[in-house]
Amino acid sequence: MKRFLAFVKKEFFHILRDRRTLLILFGMPLAMVLLFGFALTNEIKNAKIAVLDLDHGPHSRQITDRLLSSGYFQLIQNLNASRDIEPAFRRGKVKLVVVFPPNFSQDFARNDTEAQVQLLADASEQNTAISLTNYATNIIQNYKSEQAPPGTVAPMQIDVQPRMVFNPELRGAFVFVPGVMAMVLLLVSALMTSVTIAREKEMGTMEVLMVSPLSQLQILFGKVLPYLLLSFINGCVIIALGVFLLGIPLNGSLLLLLAETLLFTFLSLSLGLLISTIADTQLVAMFASLLVLLMPTIFLSGFIFPIESMPRFLQFVSNIIPAKYFIEIVKGIMIKGIGLDLLWKPTLLLLGMSAFLMAVSLRNLKPRLNQ
Amino acid sequence: MDKAVTTHKLTKKFGDFVATDEITFEVAQGEIFGFLGANGAGKTTAMRMLCGLLTPTSGEATVAGYDVYTQPEQIKQRIGYMSQRFSLYEDLTVRDNIRFYGGIYGLSRAELKTKSASIIRELGLDSVADALVESLPLGWKQRLAFSVALIHDPKVVFLDEPTGGVDPITRRQFWDKIYEAAHNGTTIFVTTHYMDEAEYCDRVSIMVDGRIKALDTPTELKRTYGVDSMDGVFQILARGTSGK
Ligand SMILES: Nc1ncnc2c1ncn2[C@@H]1O[C@H](COP(=O)(O)OP(=O)(O)O)[C@@H](O)[C@H]1O
Ligand SMILES: [Mg+2]
Repeated sequence: MKRFLAFVKKEFFHILRDRRTLLILFGMPLAMVLLFGFALTNEIKNAKIAVLDLDHGPHSRQITDRLLSSGYFQLIQNLNASRDIEPAFRRGKVKLVVVFPPNFSQDFARNDTEAQVQLLADASEQNTAISLTNYATNIIQNYKSEQAPPGTVAPMQIDVQPRMVFNPELRGAFVFVPGVMAMVLLLVSALMTSVTIAREKEMGTMEVLMVSPLSQLQILFGKVLPYLLLSFINGCVIIALGVFLLGIPLNGSLLLLLAETLLFTFLSLSLGLLISTIADTQLVAMFASLLVLLMPTIFLSGFIFPIESMPRFLQFVSNIIPAKYFIEIVKGIMIKGIGLDLLWKPTLLLLGMSAFLMAVSLRNLKPRLNQ
Repeated sequence: MDKAVTTHKLTKKFGDFVATDEITFEVAQGEIFGFLGANGAGKTTAMRMLCGLLTPTSGEATVAGYDVYTQPEQIKQRIGYMSQRFSLYEDLTVRDNIRFYGGIYGLSRAELKTKSASIIRELGLDSVADALVESLPLGWKQRLAFSVALIHDPKVVFLDEPTGGVDPITRRQFWDKIYEAAHNGTTIFVTTHYMDEAEYCDRVSIMVDGRIKALDTPTELKRTYGVDSMDGVFQILARGTSGK
């Protein structure tokens, strides 16, 4: 155990001495999330909207005024009927349509639950859609609470129904953050572990380690442990940024989310070990990680391209991409707030994959190093 | 047990290629045993089998009295190894390297402290103890690597071309360290292709194409082949030509 600790300590020395890698490790997720955040705020100044006012009452007009004077929205079209909505979106200019149903003002004045404003957003631009509906919702809620009699808390809510016209599944920040998480975890765990093991082989120090009384398992786990820790911290940072900066809800259990993150990190590490059993140089390890792991993860996990719109063959391939299940799990926990009772399937798949990969890499390792 | 290393018809094949061909020899305790041969003769392969890095194809071998097939763990505790590539971590400091290797050999904290202090003092590395190893000259690195390979007081230390790439004077300094260790009872098993180093060994074996062609003291070898330097012996054996 003492020997093992000496080994782990040395690994940490390597990592801490290598400032550049450390910077990339922690800077990258931060930069990605921040960049994404900025792209968001840039897009929502003066977003073009259309209004379908079937009410023509005082409240519908006032709310429209509020929206337009907020600075976020710019009215470019007044619609007359529901059938105008689709074409308005199609032409691609309108980002949001606000619909006031008939008798809205009456319902509103009665403080009726029936009072509904419908917000329809163009979800093909996923990120914008989310922020626009958020802003509009805030403005309408503010109006509502101002109108309530002083001293009483507004008992009833305007029911804002953001409906995603083109993309009912709501992509965007909600997919982006789990996607970045999957990517960063893979990158840190798989790439870093396989590269450091390859480095020891390349330098010749691996031989010296193998001659020492350290067992093969101790060497492997000594390599893996520091990166498990780093990846996990990174995962937590991304979750925190997503929640506090991008306003992604955390509806489910934080504990479950962390446990799943740990599971995915472990899986990535097994992948890294597997690569290191094949790669004898740092360069090979790097390329194997980037080509075999990162590319499929980016393109096939649903992170950038929705899986439903992929060719059938690629849809099939996406089933063996671990990140797909991880993204599904994170989305489920954070946004839908569901628990293990509904997520046991992808969780079990990830568990199975890790066990399989770990077994294969441990089996492969001995003969490779013994060559 | 009075032999540090014994082999009997030890053979390693890579596919059809026989890298080490039925080599048989013994190394006495405290001896400086030189393992000579041209590049590709099979020196590293033989050494790697003795260190437990390679499984022999056939034959027998013991190190420090333990069998290489069945008792690799006992062997590992009792040997030191300097690979033909550099065996220290360039991105760690001198002190960190010493502590790391001491740590994986299970030295206690107190032992680590006295060991690193004495290594640093003996090598005159006080001023660079906290500098990264990559900043040291090659000759210093080699001597440090040797001291580190001895940190757990092994019975046998295997040195695979430990002085590659440095001038004869620096090599001589390295050999002073080797004599010192041998004097303290450590068996030295060293491969080299520098013939000046061959002269420093108690006994040398000369390997050609995987086989041991000659094995004796340098003096005896020179007498047998009627030449006045180890280089001459080597020329006759390795190139099949007369050294004179
Ligand atoms: N893992 C291996 N696979 C195949 N051939 C090898 C392997 N290791 C060494 N060899 C071959 O065995 C021969 C002896 O190599 P080696 O023991 O390294 O020689 P030396 O150390 O004397 O220069 C060389 O021809 C080398 O190419
Ligand atoms: Mg060699």
